[in-house]
Amino acid sequence: MATRDFTLAQREPNWVKWLVISFALGWIILVVVLPLILIFAQAFEEGGKEYLQSVFSSDTLGAFKRTAIIALIVVPLNTVFGLTAAWSIAKFDFRGKNLLLTLIDIPFSVSPVISGLVFVLLFGAQGYFGDWLFDHDIQIIFAIPGIVLATLFVTFPFVARELIPAMQAQGTEEEQAALSLGASGLQTFFKVTLPNARWALMYGILLCTARAIGEFGAVSVVSGHIRGETDTLPLHVEILYNEYNFAAAFSAATILAGFGLVSLVAKRYMEYKIRKSLAKTGV
Amino acid sequence: MPLLKKNFSVLPGFGPALGFTVAYLGFVVLIPLGALAWKSFDLGWGEFLHAAFSARALASYRVSFGCALIAAVINLPMGLLIAWALVRYKFPGRRIVDALVDLPFALPTAVAGISLTTLYAPNGWLGVPLAKIGIQVAYTPIGITLAMIFIGLPFVVRNVQPVLEELDPDMEEAAASLGASRFTTIRKIVFPIALPSLLTGFSLAFARAVGEYGSIVFIAGNMPMKTEIAPLLIITELEQYNYAAATSIGMVMLAFSFVALLSINLTQWWARRQNGDT
Repeated sequence: MATRDFTLAQREPNWVKWLVISFALGWIILVVVLPLILIFAQAFEEGGKEYLQSVFSSDTLGAFKRTAIIALIVVPLNTVFGLTAAWSIAKFDFRGKNLLLTLIDIPFSVSPVISGLVFVLLFGAQGYFGDWLFDHDIQIIFAIPGIVLATLFVTFPFVARELIPAMQAQGTEEEQAALSLGASGLQTFFKVTLPNARWALMYGILLCTARAIGEFGAVSVVSGHIRGETDTLPLHVEILYNEYNFAAAFSAATILAGFGLVSLVAKRYMEYKIRKSLAKTGV
Repeated sequence: MPLLKKNFSVLPGFGPALGFTVAYLGFVVLIPLGALAWKSFDLGWGEFLHAAFSARALASYRVSFGCALIAAVINLPMGLLIAWALVRYKFPGRRIVDALVDLPFALPTAVAGISLTTLYAPNGWLGVPLAKIGIQVAYTPIGITLAMIFIGLPFVVRNVQPVLEELDPDMEEAAASLGASRFTTIRKIVFPIALPSLLTGFSLAFARAVGEYGSIVFIAGNMPMKTEIAPLLIITELEQYNYAAATSIGMVMLAFSFVALLSINLTQWWARRQNGDT
């Protein structure tokens, strides 16, 4: 962000300035900083040894493993979708493009609980495919596949949403040049388009991963909360908290909060990189 | 009528890319949402209305929409104030504050939920002093509103901030040189320019809060008719195998989401037009 020097006409009296700053700082500390500090304070309340014990307990590690597996399935799938969506929307002009853009945004505005509910209605015991799945001995709801589906839905727009404007801004001249010099379509995509959009792609993947790891509402509906089988890390935090095992709940929560903080820092860095690469292309 | 508008591009791969995009969208998003709509139709009008607008469901809408509205209204001035401080003033820790604004986006909702609850519980850091002056936050609508303020804050700040950054200084100088006081300049020049982005941020924060579950459910208390939010009621009905009720309430919430999405798109379009770009 550019901090320029403001002219006299754009300045407020000093007391107004400091009043605004104190209000802004006070509000941020009250609403955002205190809850963040509390997570770590609670986690370490019983000491470092107890903290490590609960972080490395088999329950927490198991939940962490399931969360990682789910993210490893969901993020690549939504990344492939993001790439094809961005290629068709950013580089071509076709009928219904605005409708498609709006439809891609839908999961952002749907309540996470509904994102889970729809899969229960499809694949639950009383769902549309419930009998068929039962006959074929396939379980989706109250099992990992249901969690994967709900997470896919919730994190669906992230990569596409970051890639589309970035690839639009770059236009098609470089691709046309590559093609006219004899590159194949795929070569052009992997050697020209992707490198140009790499920061936006990584940014989208970061947001998608962060949400896949942290998703709670949608997963809560489809998981069935079966301890040691379908509890992801956020669900595990809930189970521990509801058992009044607060120190353990906050210890597990620090893993998630840590991911959140890392993604926050990475996000800043990538936003800076994206701005720089956009400035270079003169947009 | 060809799908491609003109021979806009000599680039290859339009067919397969769009084909995969639409098919994937259909399988992951549209068919599942279609199942919800279809299930509601299956119920028939009578049963749908009965389940969607039962006394308990109505009470849960009142809690969800009412608290979300209050939270968004509080976030409006506070978000503007924070955005203004970040854009216009230099102060120690400005960059850290700027980064922290995004924390509610980055922190998993369940973690935010247990943290806010512990903070405001009767024996919590802020719960104790608040109890002394007779205010109970946790397990009341105040707690629900507070959690909604937390998750809504970045929407307002991040929508207003870029508009304030790009504000043309000449306009403020012109107003000042014509004798307008600083207050008048802000009220008549700055505020109208920031208004569409404020409204976009307001509606995004409101819509998000209405559907929010994870950060609220711990602090809400979850008393039917009093502190039960609509998303939780859906889960409760599902757990009791009351699919008709869960589906009907879900359909009402989904319809709200679509109206919200539409009006947010409209305000954004208005905001872009106000700011003069196409």
